Amino acid sequence: MGIVEAILLTVITAATPLVLAALGELVTERAGVLNLGVEGMMIMGAVLAFAATHATGSPYLGILAGIGGGALFSLLFGFLTLTLVANQVATGLALTILGLGISGQIGEAYVGMSGTKLPQIAIPLLSDIPFVGPLLFRQDLIFYLSIALVIGVNWFLFKSRTGLKIRAIGDNHASAHALGIGVIRIRYLAVMFGGACAGLAGAQLSLVYTPQWVENMSAGRGWIALALVVFASWRPWRVLAGGYLFGAVSISQLHAQALGLGIPSQFLSALPYAATVVVLVLISHNRRTTLINTPASLGKPFVPDR
Amino acid sequence: MKKLLLALATSAAMLGFAASASAQDKTKICFIYVGSKTDGGWTQAHDIGRQALQDHFGDKIETPFLESVPEGPDAERAIERMARSGCALVFTTSFGFMDATIKVAEKFPDVKFEHATGFKSAANVATYNSRFYEGRYIQGQIAAKMSEKGVAGYIASFPIPEVVMGINAFVHGAQSVNPDFKVKVIWANTWFDPGKEADAAKALIDQGVDILTQHTDTTAPMQVAAERGIKAFGQASDMIKAGPETQLTAIVDTWGAYYIKRTEQLLDGTWKSEQVWDGLKDGILTMAPYTNMPDDVKKMAEDTEAKIRSGELHPFTGPIKKQDGSDWLADGEKPEDKVLLGMNFYIAGVDDKLPQ
Repeated sequence: MGIVEAILLTVITAATPLVLAALGELVTERAGVLNLGVEGMMIMGAVLAFAATHATGSPYLGILAGIGGGALFSLLFGFLTLTLVANQVATGLALTILGLGISGQIGEAYVGMSGTKLPQIAIPLLSDIPFVGPLLFRQDLIFYLSIALVIGVNWFLFKSRTGLKIRAIGDNHASAHALGIGVIRIRYLAVMFGGACAGLAGAQLSLVYTPQWVENMSAGRGWIALALVVFASWRPWRVLAGGYLFGAVSISQLHAQALGLGIPSQFLSALPYAATVVVLVLISHNRRTTLINTPASLGKPFVPDR
Repeated sequence: MKKLLLALATSAAMLGFAASASAQDKTKICFIYVGSKTDGGWTQAHDIGRQALQDHFGDKIETPFLESVPEGPDAERAIERMARSGCALVFTTSFGFMDATIKVAEKFPDVKFEHATGFKSAANVATYNSRFYEGRYIQGQIAAKMSEKGVAGYIASFPIPEVVMGINAFVHGAQSVNPDFKVKVIWANTWFDPGKEADAAKALIDQGVDILTQHTDTTAPMQVAAERGIKAFGQASDMIKAGPETQLTAIVDTWGAYYIKRTEQLLDGTWKSEQVWDGLKDGILTMAPYTNMPDDVKKMAEDTEAKIRSGELHPFTGPIKKQDGSDWLADGEKPEDKVLLGMNFYIAGVDDKLPQ
């Protein structure tokens, strides 16, 4: 295996959880709901996936537990902000803090245990293609899911009827409500999709990235995912590109250090974030396209008039 | 109604009285942790020390702690909260808590503080540290014997003297066995991020190192080493569970004895602000069992450990040159502790540029 291939493999592992969590949040935000609890849902997914894998011996049941746990946990956010109309920003922050706390409690029994790594699935024929094969077609289930989800969400949001409804709600919930669209119901589903994706991202952390449970192991990746959604101006393909760009810069800075190029490591560590800022400036200089993509009702509470 | 209010007020006063009485019975020895108490590394080692302390004194003391306290402004608030809550002695267990500890200590002259691994002290602030570099020297020697390629990877956290000293000790130990031995360094700029530590481990292995050592806190690098089939060293706690066939040895911090000694001094009134720097011989630092290596390497490691314990060998014994080629220690010369604690330069042989 060549060095380029090795680097790319590491990049894929680092980028997948970011892409997944950002993709879920993208759908939630497209429906006009700002859920800052991504970090909390992610860490819940991580601990539940690890616990379920440990209990059943099957990492696939672990993935299910991560997805289900993330979705259930996001329901709490949904109930507070959609039914009780609590402030979304405050509730999202609370969800993150709560998730970090609860996951620490659940996970106490699993600290120091070696986990089960999610096995790789080689796709026949395709995995034999030189270079591309081992990179893209000899991966684990969560990687395949992440790519499928990007394609699926892109189609769903921009080509399907329900996708149109979601975007309509995100842009103007009052008009959507007047048209007879069930704003609250669809927002609940969007929030749960976001939670499920964050949970899946968490499962990737504790089953693929570092197959073990460590408290706070998401280490801020939920926040990076949130930034990625804005970075991608709420477009699925750009989430994929952004996640991989961020991953690529983070991994290549480690390699630059190991090569002893003599570039200050603090500068290199800041590079992924600097790259994010630069791209944000570049894509947001056109105000009109930015406005078109931004869900206009984002973060605003909705109370249907009865 | 009046009667009820009176009853309530009386019972409230009694409760308050009872609470203050029981608080006076037990001396509060408090701890501030930078990570989670179950991180498998640095903070866990401190928490094991705290439990040993609690077990030793039983009902006489209470040992409340705050975990995952970030270094920075939050640290000052956390330490102040502890001091205000009636702690008699507060252990702040991370280098980054140094300035916050000193600041809070000025406001609470009656509370005693102990700061781990720092270099600032006051009348009510003692410092304590462990000579980790003794263990790293032994690791370096083992690495030089075990590596086929003659290159080790070193995952470092932040460029502070403590970490720089560790790298130097590792390199010096390795080169005492194989003068051509090289070390590749990656600064993760974090103490605690399993994903990033694993990425750094992968990057180092992809670039051809076949031994890994770390100065970060999670077992993720050990796990990557196990997966890739190379050997590695554990940090702060015995990490053998993460790599049963991977870990050669680990530097294990054993703070319990120190915590017990200082609490005893506090209780009998002989506590003084001191700058304690103990090592292998004092039992504050121990080596995890030497495993996964041939008998001759194991014997060499044990011999070196015995020599350091007896004082026969100081890991930094001249002649040692600095990385830029200038002289640091003459033949047979040993450095003063002050120089080691402020170490901000590499010695000759380190294949990295020190971030300034």
